[in-house]
This record gives sequence, C-alpha cells and structure tokens, in this order.
Amino acid sequence: MIQDWRDVVQILLNGVMAGSLLMLPAIGFNCIFAVLRYPNFAVAGFATIGAFAGWVANAQWGLPAGVALMAAFLVAGAAGLLAEEAALKPLRPAGPLTVAIASVALTLLLENVVRFFFGNELRGYDLPVLRDWRFDGIRIGPQQLANTLYALATAGALFLLLAFTRLGRAMRAVADNPTLADIKGVDPDRIARVAVFIGAGLAGFGGMLIGLDTSIDPLTGFRVVLSVFAAAVVGGLGSIPGAALGAMVVGIGEEMSSVLLEPAYRTVTAFLAILLVLMLRPQGLLGARG
Amino acid sequence: MEAYLVAMLVFAGFYALMALGLNVIWGLAGMVNLGLVGFFAVGAYASALLTTKLMWPMPLGWAAGAALAAAAGAAMAVIVARLRGDYLAIVTLGFAEVIRLVASNEIWLTNGTDGISGIPGPWRGAVTPQEFNLVFLAIVWTAVAIGFLLLARLSHSPFGRVLRAVREDEDVAAVAGKPVLWFKVRAFCLGAAIVGLSGALYAHYNAYIAPDGFAPLLTIYVVLALTAGGVGSMRGAVLGAVLVLVLLEGTRFLAAAVPGVSPVQKAALREGIIALSLILLLRLRPQGLIPERTRTLHAPKATP
Repeated sequence: MIQDWRDVVQILLNGVMAGSLLMLPAIGFNCIFAVLRYPNFAVAGFATIGAFAGWVANAQWGLPAGVALMAAFLVAGAAGLLAEEAALKPLRPAGPLTVAIASVALTLLLENVVRFFFGNELRGYDLPVLRDWRFDGIRIGPQQLANTLYALATAGALFLLLAFTRLGRAMRAVADNPTLADIKGVDPDRIARVAVFIGAGLAGFGGMLIGLDTSIDPLTGFRVVLSVFAAAVVGGLGSIPGAALGAMVVGIGEEMSSVLLEPAYRTVTAFLAILLVLMLRPQGLLGARG
Repeated sequence: MEAYLVAMLVFAGFYALMALGLNVIWGLAGMVNLGLVGFFAVGAYASALLTTKLMWPMPLGWAAGAALAAAAGAAMAVIVARLRGDYLAIVTLGFAEVIRLVASNEIWLTNGTDGISGIPGPWRGAVTPQEFNLVFLAIVWTAVAIGFLLLARLSHSPFGRVLRAVREDEDVAAVAGKPVLWFKVRAFCLGAAIVGLSGALYAHYNAYIAPDGFAPLLTIYVVLALTAGGVGSMRGAVLGAVLVLVLLEGTRFLAAAVPGVSPVQKAALREGIIALSLILLLRLRPQGLIPERTRTLHAPKATP
C-alpha cells in the first residue's frame, strides 16, 4: 500500500514500464487504422508471432535480444502483410466491419499456427539473470528498463519516419484524405501495404518485449489485447502520438488499480478506461476524427 | 453413438439460440457484437448461482439469466450505440473478457476457475442419462422453435423494418422520425436476452460451468454460424448453427485421422480450420446459404 512518496514514484515508474510494453502494439493498431480505417484485431496474433520469431532467434539460434527484436519485427511484419493481402484485402469492399470480424478469425488462426508448431507450454528467452537496481528504496529491473528504452527508441524512429521522410509524408497524406492523396500521385495500395507491414511489425516487436518481461505462449498477444485497444482508444483511434500517450495512461492506470484492486483486474481497468473515454471524449485524447 | 448424436443436437440448439440472438443485434439492427460469449456466460452464471445457492426453481433461474443478460446488453447499448461500429466491436470484445475475468477471480461468488458443479437439470437423476438427454433435447429445441417463430414474425413487423432501416442508414431512419437509439437499445436487449437464455440452458444441461468454457472461440462459432446461414435470415441462423456443429464435429474426426500429431496439435488444427472457414466464407459466400429476403418493392420507373 502507499506509505510515502517512494511508493508513488514506484507505481508511476512501473506504470511507465508497463505502458511502454503496450505502446508499440497500440501504435501498430492505430497505424493500420489510420490508413485502412478498420480495427485490425489480428494485432494480438502478430504480437504472438513476433514473440515466437524472436524466441527462435534468441533461444534457439543464440542471437542477442536486440537482434532477435529485429527478427520479431520483420517476421511479424511479413506475416501481417501476407495475411492482409491473402485474407483481409479481398474483404475490404464488404466494409470495415466484415474485415474486423475476419481479423478476429485471423488472430485465432495465427494463434493456432503457433500452437501447432510450439505447443502450449511457457517458454522463456535466453537472458542474463540480473538483480534489480535499488535507489533509496525504489526498485528498477534492468531488463524492464531496457524494454522501455527499446520501445521508446522504436516509437521515436517511427515518428522520425513519419515526420521527415517522403514515405512518412505519403502515409500521413493517405491517412488524412485518401482521395486527395491518390490525385496527388500517392499510390494508396502501396501505402496500405507499408502501413500493414509497419503496424504488424510493431505489434510483433511489442509482443517480444512483453515476452522479455515475462515468458511467452500462444496466448501472449491475446492476453494484452484489451489493454492495447484501450491504449488506442484512449489516445484516439488512428492517432499515432495518441497511441503512445494512451499506452502510458493505460499502463499507469493499470498499475495504480492493481494496488487498489487485485492484480488480475488490470484488464478490467483497461476496459473501464475504454468506456470512460467513449462516454466523455469519444475521439480520444489526441484524436481529431470523432 | 445415439447418445452422442443427441448430445450434439442439444449443442446445436444452444448455438441456434445464440445465432438467433446475434441475428437480432447484428443481422437486423446492424450492430456488431463480438462479445456474445459474455452474455452467454452472464446467463449461465446467473441461473446456476440462483438455482444452486438460493434454490430458485429452474424456470425462474432461466428467466433470470435471460433478464440479466438483457440488462447487460441494454447498458452496453446505451453506452456505445451512438458510436461507430468499430468501437462497438472493441467494447463488446472487451466485455466478454471482463466477464471471464470476474468469473475467474470473484471466488466467493463463482468459485473461481474451479467452476460451479452440481447444477440441477430437469428430472436429472429421476430418469436415465439417455432419457435426460432426450428431455433436454426437447426443451432446447422448443426454445429454438419459439424463438424462431417469434423472431421471424418480428423481423417482418414494423419493429423489424425499422431495425433494418437503422442498419441500412441511421440518418434516414432518424429523418423518418424513428428514435434510432431506442430501437438499437431494444434490439440489443432482445438479442442479449436470447443469448443469455441459451447460456442458462447450457449451464443446466452441462451441470458444471467454469470460466474456461466461455472462451472467445464460442463467439467465433456463432458468428460463423450466422454468416454461413445468412446474416439477417432467421432460417439461416438455425441452419447455420447446425452446420457449424457438423463442421466442429467433422474436424474432430478429421484431426483424429491425421497421423503423428499430438493432442495439442489436433486441437490447434481444429481451431485453425474453424477460423479459416470463417475467413473463406466471408470471402466466397458472404450472403450465406439462405440469404435474407426482404420484401423490398422495386423502385418505380422514372416517368418520362
């Protein structure tokens, strides 16, 4: 329970670290939503795929975690692109909700592909065992801190890409107004593919970070999916800075609530955050569109 | 074998009820509901708890299960009915997970992951297990028949027509003077009640419920059933439910026939096939086997 300021700092710190794990999948979800305008529930599946790709690279091939994270990004991105082109793209004319429903089925399919090859048991990454650092009673796990830095660095790289490159400008243009972007010579199909690759890749990267924090199994992605949606909705569907902010809000909120309620109810907090935002400010903290 | 067939038909009845419920919410009113299993669980837990802890008679428990699910549906509809469909998808999916978490963690009430056992069934113990199966078969399919007849009438009544109008274009329905939100709330309520009733019946058939039994997979089964049968068509909902059951059991035999795979891999194969069939169905035959028939008049030819 909260006794002095150190406890408050500890909760905030844990919240930021928890939020940074949600950040990349939430950004990925919003990245796909911004360009294609449907909620892709398969981010849960992409996160699981990334976590297992990273596990193969790290625990089986002996690569360091940093390199394995790249593998997680690339494999999840490729899986996302493949799934989008083969399964979801043909459904786009039927409307965003049909695609959303298909993406739920897709996440189930991906989860079971992983289950078929890797089974249900928990797996851990090959990591050095490090003792928590203590500063005046405040605990920080080196691995958790590293995960936070990985997440922030990756999110930062995405911001740079969106803000300063031609590709980033094209993506923002399509997100803003697809027709106008098309007229100006931006190929919306190509941008959609890039958005899906980046979005699914970020979900995979985030999935591996979650695995580095604990362990992985075929439900790794699904377990956090509600918190990820909460981050995306709280920040504003389709807003990338919103997803980053929303992840922090949800992470800190979940951490605070797990002090008051049982830790098992973290997800419930995320759900309540969704309801609260939808009732008070449906466009989210940073979302423009209602 | 006979017992197996009867048991499967009972389950087909549960799915048919759920598909009918979903058809009111999604098929008629056009609101996605990816949290069906949450309403199913609310109905199951409500009836199981009321009959085992407070010793309510079973029919009252069933009614209470349906009523509670309806109340949850109404609350959800009021919160999200004004928002776009994608939010509704997220919220309903979240609702089902929250219900499962509460069922797993409120041990004082739900006995946690151990579940509730010893739920009474009609004449269970007084008749042989085979006869009990048959009794339940009659109960479930009577419920399906009543639900089907009522909903089939409803879908062509003025109420159903307004729901379809809301589905096609909310603004037009509002301009025509229909209170859109009120219609949506009632549709959500009615659909959730039917799903809740299905859950309540399931609890008393199975005699045992646990949070594991209410996984999101079940929602996928029902969405698949309705899509296969034909979204918006009540006959399609019932037919689709039977088809999904045949597919589910078919994959069981199929997975058993694949040599050299472990039980976990078999389960993964089955779930994978179900997921894949939904994706393929949405692609190849989105209107379903019995497409919705609406008595739409042809637009009059423009007079020269």
